[in-house]
Amino acid sequence: MVMTARSEKAARTEASAPKPPLAMLAELTHRCPLQCPYCSNPLDLARRSDELSADTWCDVFRQAADLGVLQVHLSGGEPTARSDLPRIVSGAHEVGLYTNLITAGVLLTPETLRELVAAGLDHVQISLQGSDVGNAELIANFKGGHAKKIEAARWVREAGLPLTVNAVVHRLNLDHLKDIIALAHGLDAHRLEIAHVQYYGWAFENRHALLPSRVQVDRANELAAEAGEALRGEMVIDYVVPDYFARRPKRCMDGWGNQFFAISPRGRVLPCHAAETITGLTFSNVRERALDWIWRHDEAFAKFRGTDWMPEPCQSCEHRERDLGGCRCQAFAITGDASATDPVCQLSPFHDRLTAMIDDDTHRGRATLRYRR
Amino acid sequence: MGTPKTLSLSDRPRLPDYVRVQRDETRASWILQGPERVLVLDDTSKEILDLCDGERSVGTIVTTLCEAYDAPSEVIEQDVLAVLRLLADKRLLDWQVRERGT
Repeated sequence: MVMTARSEKAARTEASAPKPPLAMLAELTHRCPLQCPYCSNPLDLARRSDELSADTWCDVFRQAADLGVLQVHLSGGEPTARSDLPRIVSGAHEVGLYTNLITAGVLLTPETLRELVAAGLDHVQISLQGSDVGNAELIANFKGGHAKKIEAARWVREAGLPLTVNAVVHRLNLDHLKDIIALAHGLDAHRLEIAHVQYYGWAFENRHALLPSRVQVDRANELAAEAGEALRGEMVIDYVVPDYFARRPKRCMDGWGNQFFAISPRGRVLPCHAAETITGLTFSNVRERALDWIWRHDEAFAKFRGTDWMPEPCQSCEHRERDLGGCRCQAFAITGDASATDPVCQLSPFHDRLTAMIDDDTHRGRATLRYRR
Repeated sequence: MGTPKTLSLSDRPRLPDYVRVQRDETRASWILQGPERVLVLDDTSKEILDLCDGERSVGTIVTTLCEAYDAPSEVIEQDVLAVLRLLADKRLLDWQVRERGT
């Protein structure tokens, strides 16, 4: 019986004729009341006046569905900061996309939620910054935020929608993982995504404060596996061993330009939401180009698609189809060269830089957070 | 945290409202969509899911498929349980009366 996730089937790519994309991330705005120091938004945040209109988003969703996209993740910034969100959801729903709202939850009201459900919203993902108020609000730098999130999560379940809790973990909250799992379970989440911080953009700026210790990571790996087993059938725990502490790179985005794209608030189409951290790449804009053309012909997408772009030791590596070269943004952040072997890989000539970062305790516990604002 | 729940032959599975099974013309296959998941279904999986109506038990589904294919029930049972447990573990299948969550 063959029944594989699409992502596992999508191993081979051809630069000349990319397969249709499976999912897209729509970053509706960079505005957000939270200031998490690991935010995946670029350092150069878009202003409200830069944002695509609801009409443009609806048109983009139609193009995306025609191209083969099945799911849209509506994110930001904080997507509920846009008062026209129900119209945007409805535009995605009308063309058949499975709609996922990725929200901090702090601006959500029962009224908005009702409108979103009526517009066809399928699923909500709410982020938690920690299990207790003090820690959570230290990270988000938003007073009262934690309680609002808990309330929002309850409204989501009362509205009959499935809920994912997303907990980003790092040095400052990793020791509370057990409580975070219990909190998500108590909220009747269908799924808990435990996501280690990915170190580029804002997070790279804050790496001295956020990078966990090896001991913390080992404990978290064990705990997540145990809890996943204990809660089988009740709550799915999606946990990935953080690549900084692994021996092989993650299969980032399931391959660059392979089955996913993101669109920034300004309308730039990106192979990965962090791709703007790579200076020197230019991106096409949905205001100027058709999505179909961008997916097939855009240079930024073509640049690292498939395996032809790989340097040695990747080019002749037996793992190259498995990890598809790992993460380009990470290669750029650590080596300054986006086409370098992902330094996470033990075979990378830059792997020492990464281990030095992990084991450098000079700033541990003393580095101050630079908030995203 | 309780003991792990495992789907058995007497359970009556059905797809939750938030799970969609649909034909994907772009990829010329049947797919199942749920929160942040897309699974490609082969013909057998699709047939199993078509029988998950919340009325039939897993055992009845196995018997139905055995009759349709004139195949040994152990083989069918293994296949059916494998597919349904995979979905249940991912919370893409409801399979008992739940107090909460649908």
